[in-house]
Parts: sequence; structure tokens; C-alpha cells
Amino acid sequence: MTTVVIGVGNPFRRDDGVGPAVVELLRERLTGLRSAGGLTGVRFVTSDGETTALIDAWTGADRAVVVDAVRVAAGDPGRIHRFSAEHPAATRAGVGTPHAADLGDAVALARALDRMPRSLLIFGVQVDDIGFGPGLSAAVAAAARHLADEIATLLVG
Amino acid sequence: MTHRSRSLSVAALARVEGEGAMRVTVDGDRVSAVELNIYEPPRFFEAFLRGRGHTEPPDLTARICGICPVAYQMSACRAIEAACGVTVDGALADLRRLLYCGEWISSHALHIYLLHAPDFLGYDGAVDMARDHRALVERGLSLKRAGNQIMTTVGARAIHPVNVRLGGFYRAPARAELAELVEPLRRALDDACATAAWVGGFEVPDFTHDHELMALVDPGRYAIEAGEPRTDRGLSFPVHDFERHVIEHQVPHSTALHARLADRPGRYLTGPTARYTLNHRWLSPVARQAATDAGLGADCRNPFRSIAVRAVELVYAIDEALRLIEAYEPPDRPAVPVPPRAGVGHGATEAPRGVLFHRYEIADDGTVRTARIVPPTSQNQAAIEDDLLRFVQQRLDLDDHRLTHECEQAIRNYDPCISCATHFLDLTVDRRP
Repeated sequence: MTTVVIGVGNPFRRDDGVGPAVVELLRERLTGLRSAGGLTGVRFVTSDGETTALIDAWTGADRAVVVDAVRVAAGDPGRIHRFSAEHPAATRAGVGTPHAADLGDAVALARALDRMPRSLLIFGVQVDDIGFGPGLSAAVAAAARHLADEIATLLVG
Repeated sequence: MTHRSRSLSVAALARVEGEGAMRVTVDGDRVSAVELNIYEPPRFFEAFLRGRGHTEPPDLTARICGICPVAYQMSACRAIEAACGVTVDGALADLRRLLYCGEWISSHALHIYLLHAPDFLGYDGAVDMARDHRALVERGLSLKRAGNQIMTTVGARAIHPVNVRLGGFYRAPARAELAELVEPLRRALDDACATAAWVGGFEVPDFTHDHELMALVDPGRYAIEAGEPRTDRGLSFPVHDFERHVIEHQVPHSTALHARLADRPGRYLTGPTARYTLNHRWLSPVARQAATDAGLGADCRNPFRSIAVRAVELVYAIDEALRLIEAYEPPDRPAVPVPPRAGVGHGATEAPRGVLFHRYEIADDGTVRTARIVPPTSQNQAAIEDDLLRFVQQRLDLDDHRLTHECEQAIRNYDPCISCATHFLDLTVDRRP
């Protein structure tokens, strides 16, 4: 089975970089396994989340895991939301982008083009600070470590 | 039809970049008013550029738009370099043109396939169209990808490239890196030619306008990253006189300034159809053939044919990118120095949606004293409103639902970038007795 893990976000906008940060942690955790020949068929991608780039990233994979930042009014920073493409939220994600295209659009377009992976898991991490600069806030950094462990288990298992 | 008032309302105009609304008032059998309401709050870019370093506007203004960031970078660079008395030429200028070709390819492919073609084929959007026309939408995505590849290779990022600086680039690509673009671009050229023939066959309303057409002209080649403003009615002026000729004014219903040409009657228009009309003689042979295949003549005054013009420009931009890559010799250094000096500089380039003008006043210490940005969508607002007024007038027998849909299509002819102009459309049609 081939899996692609896609970290979506901008590392220069603080917590918005949680997706790429999880991918980086996973790369470190799985390097040993990979060199020992214990992990094959896993690709890592970081993305700005642009619709067509997302579809290209998961095309051909059996399973895609997307990690993105989510913002919730009166939120709980670091809280992890888990859902699959079958969940209605996947097609009405309403992710914050000024260009009227989001993860939901990517899923809808990929379905129409028959370019969906067999399974699509989406992890959303609630953010605290999306100001300028690198580095995650404490709660989001802790969530990134937790999520990297969870996805590593998923990939190895 | 009975003598009555009508009110058409679109709360959120789809498939345009940004947020706006449209209001049409019909009194009996006469359209009395059309307003393109751009209500997106003003963004104050010109104000917060004041006091920034002279090296910063290319990156700061790029954030005005995620679709045409290169246009902002190039107009800002040209203006500030002019203020500082620096000319960027040779391989660095060619690399800029190549990067800009990447943006034209991505932007035009996006608009043709995902935003505009669904109107002509009777779909609510690209997803619905993809269910019936999978191969076509895949072709559009592949074209867009080719443009993104250029921007990633030359600009280091497909959205808001980070490799652009005053005087050139932070790092110039090696020949081998550009060579990797050749195969995808050759395939894209075939796809673009097929696109021109395809959209050239679309049925379009019999509708023309009489606006003066303004575009940059860069004799000898199709204007992209350089040129002087010219109109199809003989007006021509250097870029530094832009503000003498293009007069911006505020209207109550829009947070984006309208524009008119000083001492000229009527309205003017910038963008692909104006650019084509003033520049088509410099199309490459393959692009000229594409124009013939798309059924275009010497000018284009039917805004519904703009999709064909974009397809021809798509062919040209890919062909031009291939030519630039073939001729590329890496520059001696990735950028020429641009030391600050007190002065005023003006820059204009052809964004995918038309002429984008910047002016900066730089102080002795290199800080920006004042900035002025005139984007294409704001220049085109008055012409769009005039089109709508006459377009609706000819179609009053249509029911409100159909009329609303056609109005949205007419607005999408201009691929309006409302975010640039200040941001979506809310259509209201008032029909009064």
C-alpha cells in the first residue's frame, strides 16, 4: 500500500506551519525504520494547500494523510480534529483562503476527476498564533509531537 | 412583458477573485442603473508602504494577490529601479520575462478552464464540468501545472515567489534547471493550441463595446514585463506620465477607485482584449496560428471572446518561455546593485488582467515616502458596468434567474480580481414600474 503524508501550511506564519512541522517530525522518526527496510511506500509532501497541487500530491496513492491548521472561534489551541473524506466536513471545510478554493474544493474536484486516494484522513490542529515568523506556540508544538506519534503508528502498523 | 420593476440580486458572485456585489435597477423596460459594488474593505497598502525600505515593496505588494504576485513584484521593481536610476537588462530581464510567462500560463489556464469555460458549457462550476468533461479539466490542470513549474524553478515558489529582488534575483537558475522545464512546456504548447481551437468554437452572444483599448506596447515583442501605454485611438505616453493621463476617482458604491483617461470621451479598457488588439502583430507564428484557429481577427471588441484571447496568450506565453529557456545564458551575477537615492520612479507591466502601474517616491535614506498602485480591475470597473447596462438592456425578456446568470458570465469576461482592486459579487436587480 502506498501512502502520502501531506503537511499543509506556511512555516513563516507561526502555528499555520503545524502541517509541515508534523511532516518534519515524521521524517525524523521514520528515517531509522526506512533505512532498516521496515517502511516502504510512504511519501512526504509539504504544500501551500493550493487545490490542484493537493490533488497532484495524493494522486496515485492508496492512502493520503493531510495535516493542516484549523482556526476555531474561541478555540482550544492544540486540539486535534480527525476526520476522513467521507465526513461531510471534508467537502465544506471552508478553510481560510482568500481565493475561494479550499480542501473541500480539492476533495470535490478530485472526486469528479477520479483522482481520490482510496482513503483520505484529515488531521486539523487548532492554532493559537498565526502571526509572522517561524516556530510553533507551546500547545501546538505539543500537538504536533502527539500527532507525529499517532501517524507514525498508523504508517508502521 | 408587463411594466414593472425588477430586482436581481447576487449575494456572492462565484468564480471571481475577491468579494463584491452587483446591483441592477430596471425601470419598466429600461435599465436605469448598474453598480458593481466592491465592498471589500480598503487594504491601505499604499499607506503602510510609507516608511518601509526601498527594497521591500516587491515582496510586500506581491501579497496583494495570490494569482498575480509576479505582476506586483515586476511593476514594483521597475518603478523603484527607475527611481534609483538602474536599468535591468540582458539575462536578468529575460529571466523576469520567463517568470512572468509562468504567471500568465497559470492565471490564464485557471481562468479559462476552472472559472470561465463552465459558463459557456452550461455548468455551475468546474467540479460539475469535470464530471462530464474529465479530460478537458485534466488538460487545464496540466497547463496550470506547467506555469507553476516555471514559477517554482525561477521564483522558488508558485505562489508569492521569494526569489525576486530589486535588480534581479537572489539566485539565478542553472541552464540544467531550466532545461527540465522544456518537456512539460512542449506538451503544454500542444495543449494550449488545442485549447485555442476549443474555446474558439464557443457560442458567444452578439455583443460589442466601444471602449478605448489601452495596453502597453513594447515594439518588436508582445508586451508583458515592459512597454509604454498606448491606446487603439492614437493616445500614447511614457509610463512616467501615467498619472497625468489616467485619472482615478471615487464612486460611492465601490471601495476601489474608478479610472478614466484625461480629456478623452467615453470609457477605456485594459486587459487581454486590449493587449491583443494593440500587440497581436508581435505574436509568434504558432500563437498567430492559434489566433486564426480561435477565429480572432485584428481586434477583439466582444468581451465574451476574451476567453479566446486568453487561450492565444496562453499559447504565446508557453512558446515565449520555450524560446527564453533555449536562449538562456546564466547572468554573471543574480542581481545588479540598486543603491537608494532620492527620487520618484514609475513602473508598469502587463498583469494577466491588464496594465498594473506603480509609483514610488524614495527619500535620501532609502525609505518609501509615498506609493501609488493602480491595478487593472479598478481601471476596468466603469467599462464592466457599461457592458452590463447595455447587456441587460438587450435581455430584459429573460427571467431573473437566467439574466442573473448571464450577468455573472459577463463580469467573468473580465476575470476581475477584486482583491487587487481593493474583493465577490452580490447581484441585486431592482425592477421598478
